[in-house]
Amino acid sequence: MTSSIAQSGERATTRTAAPEPRTSTKGWKALPLPVRHLALAALALTAVLGLLLATSDMNALRVATVGYTMLAIAGLQLLVGGSGQVSLGHGAFMMIGAYTMALLILHQPMLPLAVNLLVVVGVSVVAGLAVGAATARLHGPYLAGATLVLAVGLPGLTHRYHEVLGGSNGLTIRTAGAPPFLEGIVSTTAWQALVVWTTVVLALALLATISSGRLGRRMRTIRDDETAAAMSGVPVGRTKVVAFVVSAAAGGLAGGLQVYVLGTATPSTFTLALSLTLLAALVLGGIGSLWGALWAAIAMVHLELWASDLARALDLSRDAENNLPIVFFGIVLFLVIRFWPLGVHGALQSLRTRLRPTKTRTSTP
Amino acid sequence: MLRGRRGITGTAAVLTALALAATACTGAGEVGDNGAVDLDVSTGVTDDSVIIGSHQPQTGPAAPGYLPVSQGARAMFDHINAQGGIHGREIDYRVEDDGYDPATTIDVTRQLVMEDEIFAMLGGLGTPTHGGVIDFLNEEGVPDIFPSSGALAWNNPEEHPLTYGWQTDYTKEAKVQGQYITENFPDQDVGYLYQNDDIGEDSQAGLDQYLDEEVVAREHYESEVTDLSAQIAELERSGAEVVVCSCIPAFTALGMLEAASIDYDPQWVVASIGGDTQTLQALLSEFTEDTDAEDVPADAFLDGTIISTYMPRVEDDEDEWGQFFTAIYEEYGETETITNTHVFGMMQAVMFAEVLMANGEDLTRQSLIDTLESHEWNGPSNVPFASSDGDHGGHEGVFMVQYQEGGQIDVIQDPRVTDREGGEIEEVSVEPLSPEEMVFHD
Repeated sequence: MTSSIAQSGERATTRTAAPEPRTSTKGWKALPLPVRHLALAALALTAVLGLLLATSDMNALRVATVGYTMLAIAGLQLLVGGSGQVSLGHGAFMMIGAYTMALLILHQPMLPLAVNLLVVVGVSVVAGLAVGAATARLHGPYLAGATLVLAVGLPGLTHRYHEVLGGSNGLTIRTAGAPPFLEGIVSTTAWQALVVWTTVVLALALLATISSGRLGRRMRTIRDDETAAAMSGVPVGRTKVVAFVVSAAAGGLAGGLQVYVLGTATPSTFTLALSLTLLAALVLGGIGSLWGALWAAIAMVHLELWASDLARALDLSRDAENNLPIVFFGIVLFLVIRFWPLGVHGALQSLRTRLRPTKTRTSTP
Repeated sequence: MLRGRRGITGTAAVLTALALAATACTGAGEVGDNGAVDLDVSTGVTDDSVIIGSHQPQTGPAAPGYLPVSQGARAMFDHINAQGGIHGREIDYRVEDDGYDPATTIDVTRQLVMEDEIFAMLGGLGTPTHGGVIDFLNEEGVPDIFPSSGALAWNNPEEHPLTYGWQTDYTKEAKVQGQYITENFPDQDVGYLYQNDDIGEDSQAGLDQYLDEEVVAREHYESEVTDLSAQIAELERSGAEVVVCSCIPAFTALGMLEAASIDYDPQWVVASIGGDTQTLQALLSEFTEDTDAEDVPADAFLDGTIISTYMPRVEDDEDEWGQFFTAIYEEYGETETITNTHVFGMMQAVMFAEVLMANGEDLTRQSLIDTLESHEWNGPSNVPFASSDGDHGGHEGVFMVQYQEGGQIDVIQDPRVTDREGGEIEEVSVEPLSPEEMVFHD
């Protein structure tokens, strides 16, 4: 039943990618899933490239920010929406990725970025494995509580190991810009945005493939009913840990990309508030599908900007200006959940169903 | 089922290969020399205005302490504009709020440079925040004038030729403090209380050059944890008679309150960053509200405190510049009272305006840098100031003052300057021009 959400998400994906569904659906559907996901990834990257060429350099930074935020949220989506485990410590994995990346660039500057990113994924996988194995038996609020500890405690490590991790000032790095042959054509920021999005769409293609494959099916079975899943032969504990590890890897990779773009990693970036915002944004975007992560990331990056602009335009008092972005986000979240429980993605889908009733099979849950 | 598994492995392999190919094979941390940027430009300069940008915390937890910096600078620029500007140009001072969050600083700085097209960055505030944009500003060829922080990193002309420090750096200040303590409190036990980041690290590097066996305790705090009870108890237990506080104002006030609550009364020696007495008084009355100490005037905690500083002080009735700043702020300021943190921003504004004035009418980024490097500084401070070719250090030393109950400030040691290494401390001071003599507007 609930798996139809994800499936309809898949179908939506298919449709947006292939504008002429009648004629090409058959050929498109005949392609193996990974190939389809890679094709979509290429398409997405082309779209980002177009966006970067069309807009200013200022925008490139925001585009990159949306990119890595989306990856982090997509990892969380797989965990929460896919396997039904609630994690309040996702920001901690971003922090692990971020500091790994910063330390690598500081101490091993000759390593290519791709190697750094692979190491970041490796470290995050180990961290995810450790946490996932320790918490595999916990459910619902207990799991949330355990992961909460991570989000609260991990930033403290930077003070404890002040010499290595730089304390509250964090670590500052410089990264190489666009390769020489592209100099003058793409700016450093646009290049960084491209690198981020290349990594992000590839990682998302992998996440989508996982989600629609056997592992994804198992995860959804566990989410819907753990006992029934165990009785059908699904290895519950192992699947939950794997889901945790995949999500941690996505979070870590996102953190690594963040440092690559911003050039600085500080503990104040990876507070509990970040973990909670990621989760809230995911609910806002739509917890049932990877597409939700895109809307969530856009909301996370731009809602706050709009809210601060709004606060400034209204010429409010300092206290009001301080709190308006948070209140604004809260109200938007509340409204979305009240009227579209499946988030922005759910709303878009029901809209599409209403617009094209004949062509759509039972796609809304 | 089998197909699904092979699918995932296959995808993973293809993805890895693609990722490797996509990110070029040079080292991610190998930064080449971008070559010189073109500085012969007048970005942000028109016939009747100059756009100046700054990133400052206007909201968030750091805002109450640092908001006065931009308020002060704005009041001074309003005054300058009211006098006709500089060579007919008004200063368009644009402050972007970064909430003291390094990630936001990067965003707003790009906004200032790319969308607002500022001529120069003035007084970007904070070590972790400004540290994240210093490379960007230098690469973009934006003069990075007078960052509001005492980190050693700003004075690095080789790597950051366009960044000019302003505040006396933490090590220089601490060296003078250390010498003062050995000369005036010989054989007394000394304890350190410091913020656990570059402030604490750089300060100790200076203090330790003069204090060694006298140091009986080194206690640090994290700026996120607002409790100093353990640190103060340890300082008392160790018998420290002099406590050197390399702290921001909130923690100076907390430390004094905590000490008073356990009847521990050491001689406080406070660094300039935490030694703004009006701010401390406001904090002390705020912290004592609804406690047993509510009736104790904030003054009582501060009585006798020794502060190192490099700025004119508004408490001093005889300080021409202090009185001038007070008068300007009364006319143009946003808030009721002026503090020494306002003076911080106002002084930066005056000194920047002074350079623009000395530059003459033809203003480019290169000419600004040239003027800055050759400028002879005569105040507002009586501490010598460095902005030469090889030294971008800003104020070169500090003088010492002591606060008396009732608000009186006494200068107890004239300016002494030094370097940030193991060099000597020398008594050098300049005779500042009066506000009327100084040329910083039309």
